[in-house]
Order: sequence, then structure tokens, then C-alpha cells
Amino acid sequence: MSSATALSWFARHELRLAWREWFAMMTGGRRRRTRAAAIGLIVFAALMHLPAWAVIGRYATLEAPLDKTSLIVIISTVFLAWALMLSQAIESVTRVFYARADLDLIMSSPTRLANVFSIRIASIALTVTLMALLLSTPFVDVLVIGGGARWFAAFGVVIAVGLSAAAFAIAITIVLFRLIGPARTRLMAQILAAVIGAGFVIALQVAAILSYGTLSRFAVLTSDTVASFAPDADSLLWWPARAILGDSEALLLLLAMSLVVLGLVMTIFSPRFADTAISASAFASSRRHGKDTRAFRGGSRQQALRRKELLLLGRDPWLMSQTLMQLLYLVPPALFLWRSFSNSSTTIVLITPVIVMAAGQLAGGLAWLTISGEDAADLVATAPLVPSSITRAKIEVVLIAIGVIFAPLIAALALLAPMQAVVTAAGVVIAASSATAIQLWFRVQAKRSQFRRRQTSSRLATFAEAFSSIGWAATSALVLVMPLAAAVSALMTLAILAATWKLRPTRE
Amino acid sequence: MNGETSALRLTGLTKRFDRLAVDALDLTVRRCEFYALVGPNGAGKTTTLRMVAGLLKPDAGSVSIFGIDALTDPVAAKQVMAWVSDEPMIYDKLTPLEYLEFVAGLWGIEPSTSQPAAEALLASLGLEPHRNERCEGFSKGMRQKVALAGALIHEPRLIILDEPLTGLDAVSARHVKGLLGDRVRAGCTVIMTTHILEVAERMADRIGVIAAGRLVAEGTLAELRQQNGHHDTSLEDLFIALVDVKQEAA
Repeated sequence: MSSATALSWFARHELRLAWREWFAMMTGGRRRRTRAAAIGLIVFAALMHLPAWAVIGRYATLEAPLDKTSLIVIISTVFLAWALMLSQAIESVTRVFYARADLDLIMSSPTRLANVFSIRIASIALTVTLMALLLSTPFVDVLVIGGGARWFAAFGVVIAVGLSAAAFAIAITIVLFRLIGPARTRLMAQILAAVIGAGFVIALQVAAILSYGTLSRFAVLTSDTVASFAPDADSLLWWPARAILGDSEALLLLLAMSLVVLGLVMTIFSPRFADTAISASAFASSRRHGKDTRAFRGGSRQQALRRKELLLLGRDPWLMSQTLMQLLYLVPPALFLWRSFSNSSTTIVLITPVIVMAAGQLAGGLAWLTISGEDAADLVATAPLVPSSITRAKIEVVLIAIGVIFAPLIAALALLAPMQAVVTAAGVVIAASSATAIQLWFRVQAKRSQFRRRQTSSRLATFAEAFSSIGWAATSALVLVMPLAAAVSALMTLAILAATWKLRPTRE
Repeated sequence: MNGETSALRLTGLTKRFDRLAVDALDLTVRRCEFYALVGPNGAGKTTTLRMVAGLLKPDAGSVSIFGIDALTDPVAAKQVMAWVSDEPMIYDKLTPLEYLEFVAGLWGIEPSTSQPAAEALLASLGLEPHRNERCEGFSKGMRQKVALAGALIHEPRLIILDEPLTGLDAVSARHVKGLLGDRVRAGCTVIMTTHILEVAERMADRIGVIAAGRLVAEGTLAELRQQNGHHDTSLEDLFIALVDVKQEAA
């Protein structure tokens, strides 16, 4: 086989793997669900047009030339999309280094590794870009329907953004490897992937709170201060905005630049990819020391279970990054709360749904880790405990962790608005309990390392968890402003939970 | 304590998945006995032992452990036994010592008893230098030894092991075999499945041959030879002869 044939064969192999990985993610690894997954995807894509219309429908009639404020909003949106894609790409790159089982096979094969890894880099870029195209389609559709075919150029911008984000992700990950080593890179990459996209939005929100006393992130972008710092309309900075609006010259330049960046990254980093992969696999056999020996602790069997769960949660890199992200999301409401001490704004009510929603989402993840992600399931199942006491101990751990994270914020809220604090605390408990219950109904035996795939085991559980958190967040907010509407919202959320319970899988 | 003389008594144990995995199996293992369960792949060995350990619910039959009905009182039965699977299930983020502390806690062992026992077990299995290292970087053999230490920390009266020597190097395998032999001499009962017939031949007091979910032969090596008329043959030849006959019959 010639080298060119071998490379095209490897490219096909990579694409097949990427397709099957995506397909498994959509169908939960069950081929029988193909039709259901396809229908679900089409319905989801169709439904996504509604929020897309609500968010950007009014911008469809925008025409060049735009004023500075509009340019700033568009560029910031493009940058946010880029940051989100970068975060997704960093996650994909670390997965290639740490989780793909074929590295030994590839590196022991008689092929030029630089070429093979160039294809792997291109495959990452393609996967990230395709995913971005898929997610952006409803938004571009809305713009095309409302403003004409010129908006199709936005797809080109998405491609350019995807390719450059993948290129930067690869460069960042390999540079991290060089700087801080494989052990810390994995954790750092997970944290970066989790907080990069959120960080931008949160920074805008924090700036808005500090400058204008509002939670709206657009307050900063549309302010005169930012406009006064922005460059002139003919600046290169605005080219992505011009490209979106249908300027073909700007679009071609953008695509060319992103391809050059990706090409550069492939040329510079492909030869180092193999070394990095070897370092990552060597890391798997390195030793991490725990604390020095201390005396064994006594207590009940449930206490032993709780201690183990808390210890494992404390050592879980996903949880660290996820908690950090949740805490980041809580920074704006906390800051808002702090500012509200000096002026009695009624918008303080907005803090309650943010906290309740965050608690529900975090509890869902924690519940999966403790209930489904049991690495020694046989050991726990053969222990002399009744199954219900094992489950109870695990649920207690979830609630303890949620309490530790959210109690300080609720305590601070209690100083300012005691009634709201009570409602928020109740919302946190109910949202966390609901998310935990859903994870309990849909539990599967899995390794903790499979956490990233937890959504694939049951789409129903994933959506139910999200809707339950949203429902309780809305209910908590409405209790404070429109109690009657809160009752309706609570009933709707309870109906979601009841339907989820009814559809739970049967067990032996 | 009741007057039951057997450590394990299975009566009419049956389990069906998409096919019959265990077919009305009757089996008795005596106290202080080292019992090896051998059979071809898919014969029903692991399914049988998982039902004994309480990890699978039988479709029919009964499981009695030291006279305790394991199906009606699983907690009491689990208190006196330990299960070690072929795929060691331990926590990557815990050190061996933390793992043993957790297992001892699950079985309700007092720290004053469990800590010295844990130290002694780690030393006897050659894990002493790694006692404070997280298990995430351990080889399969080391993980298997940690799992075995976990099974022994609560001094079980019945130890059930599913292919415990898989992945162990010769030195580790000898350590494990020595440890199990010591336990049997100290009054413990061991039931083990293995594909390494030499181990069964050398270590087991009695051997049970299982095929297609049924016990096709049982006894000491000498008894098995006598039952089947192969007086000077090895267990391997005997096993192949027994299993072939069963497969032909099926």
C-alpha cells in the first residue's frame, strides 16, 4: 500500500470512529434506537428554531454598514461561539491523548507518525466544526428566512471559527503538556474546557453588575464606554461580522486564515503528538501518593460508605472542574447580592432561580457519580447491608455536598431577604432531591470514568433532569413574585417528574 | 451456631438468561474445604458463584451458607463470606490502605482489629511499599492483590473466588495460593473457579466439573479418576474427556 493510500485509509478509519462515537452518543450505544434517535434529532432541530427565532430573529434585517454597537454585539457572539468550540476541542484533544485505546497499535505500526497524527488533528478539527455547524443551523436558518440568502455566509464563519478553535485547542494542550506535564494537563484541560465558554459570559455579567447594577450581559456590550474603545469600522477586527453579513472578501480571508492556522499547528505539532501521547500513557502507570498512614476510623457501615463517597468526590477531577464552573456561575448572583446590600433593588429575586437551577444540575451530576458510577459495584453489593441503606447513604452524600456548596450563599441571602432565603433553600433541596431521584430511577452500573457519557445511557433522564431543574428554578422565583403562577409551575414540574417515574426502566 | 456441616449447599439452583445458564444444580461444599469448580467457557461457573454471592437472583432453587438461607437473609449470609471476581473492582482514587479501611467499615469491623489486619495483609501480599499510593497506576496483578486483601480483611468463613490468578505473575500467584492455603488450614472454606487445572489439581481438596450448567463430576482427583476409569491420567485429560462426553450428549 502506498503512503498516500495508507493515509486516505487512515483518514477513513478516523472518520468512521468519529461517526460511530457520535452515533453511540445519540443512540446510547443501542443500534435499535437509530430511528428514534433520527426522529428525536429532527424534532430537536425543528424545536431549536423557536428559541433561535426569539434570540436573533429581530437581527435578520440587519444590513451593512453597521454601527459600532451592533458590530460589538456580533463580534462578541462570534467570540463566545469560538470560546465554546475551543472548550469542546480541548476536551476532544485530551480524550485522544488519554482515552483512545489505539495509540499503542498506531505507534507500533510501520507508518510515519507525523502523517498519521496530522490526520488525527484534522479529524478533531472536522468533528468540532461539524458539531458547530449542526448547532448553528437553526440560528442561520432563522436569519436566512428573515433576511435572505446572504446569511448563508454565516456557515462559512462557523467553519472558520471551528477550524481555528480546534487548532488553538491542540496548541494549548500540547503546550500545557510541555509546561506542566501530563498529570496536571489532564486536570487543567478539564477545568479549562469547563470554564472557558462560561468565563466569557460571566465576565460580561460581572462587568455589567459592577458598572451598571444589572445582571444583563448586553449592558456592557451596548455601552458607550466599550464603543469608545472599539476600533474604526474598517478595522480587521470587524471582518468576522462583515463575513456573517455576506461580505465574500471578508469570508474568504477568514476561511483562509483559519486554514493557515490549522496547517501551521499540524506542521508544528504533529511530530510532537507521538511524544505527548507516550507521556500521557506513561502517566497512567505513574504513582500518586496519598496521605501518610493515619488511624482507621470507626463508625457505622453507612458512615464508611459516606466517607468513601466524599473522599472519592474530593479526588474527582470532573467534579472539581464542574464545581468550579458552578461556583463561577454563582459569582454574578453573589456579586449582585453584595451590591444589593446598599440599594434595595427588586431584581434580587433573580438570584433565586440561578441558585436553584445550579443546585439541581450539580446534584444530577453528583448523584450519577455516587449512584451509578460505582467502581466496585460487586464489593458494595456483596457487603452485609440492605440495598436501601446503601442507596440512602449515597443520597445523603449528594445532599451534604450540595449543602456545603450552597449554604454560604443562602446564608448571605438570609441577611438581606430572609423570606427569599427560605424559598431559595427549599428550592435547592427540592431541585437537588428531584435530580437525585431521576438518577436513582435511571441508574446503570458504570465506571466513574464514563461520566462524560452519562447522558447517552438515557436521553429521557437527561432531559427530565434539565426540565426538573428549570421547573423548580421557575417555581422558586414565582413563589416570590406570583404565588398563583408558582403553583401552576410546581404542578407542571411534578407532572414531568411523575411521567419520568412512570417511564423509568423496570428492574429485577 | 447451628449444626450444619456444610459451608455451602445449593439445591436445584437454576438461572436462565436467553438460554439456560445453570440447570437445577445441586452442590455441597464442606466446611474447611478447598473446592475448585472447573468447566469450559460458558459452563455456568461464574453465574453459579454470582448467585451464591448475592449478585444475581436465581430463578429457582436455594442457597444455604453455613445453614443460613442466603435468599431470605442475604445480610447474614454476606457477613460471613467474601467475593473476589476475576476483574478486580477497586477504587482508582483510593490507596490500598484506604480501600481496606472502607471494606472493614462496610463489614463493621472495629478499627482496633482491622488496622493491624490490613497492615499484615498488605505485607503478606507484597503491597507494603505501595500502601499509600493510589491504585490508579497499579498493574492488574497488584489490583487483584488489593481486591484479595479486601476479601480477607473481615476474616470471612467462606471465600468465593472467580479466576483469582488471572493476570498474576508467578511470584504473586504463589503468594496468593499460599495465603488461601493458610486460610483453609485456619478453618476457612474456599471455593474457586479456575481454568488453570494444575492449580485445581494441586490445591483443591475436591474438584467439581461443571458443563452446560450441571455438575458432571465431583470428588478428589483420585475419585474422579476412579469414577471415570482413567487411573493414571492428569486432570486436564480427565477434564477434556468429561466435558467432551457432556457436549456430545448435549
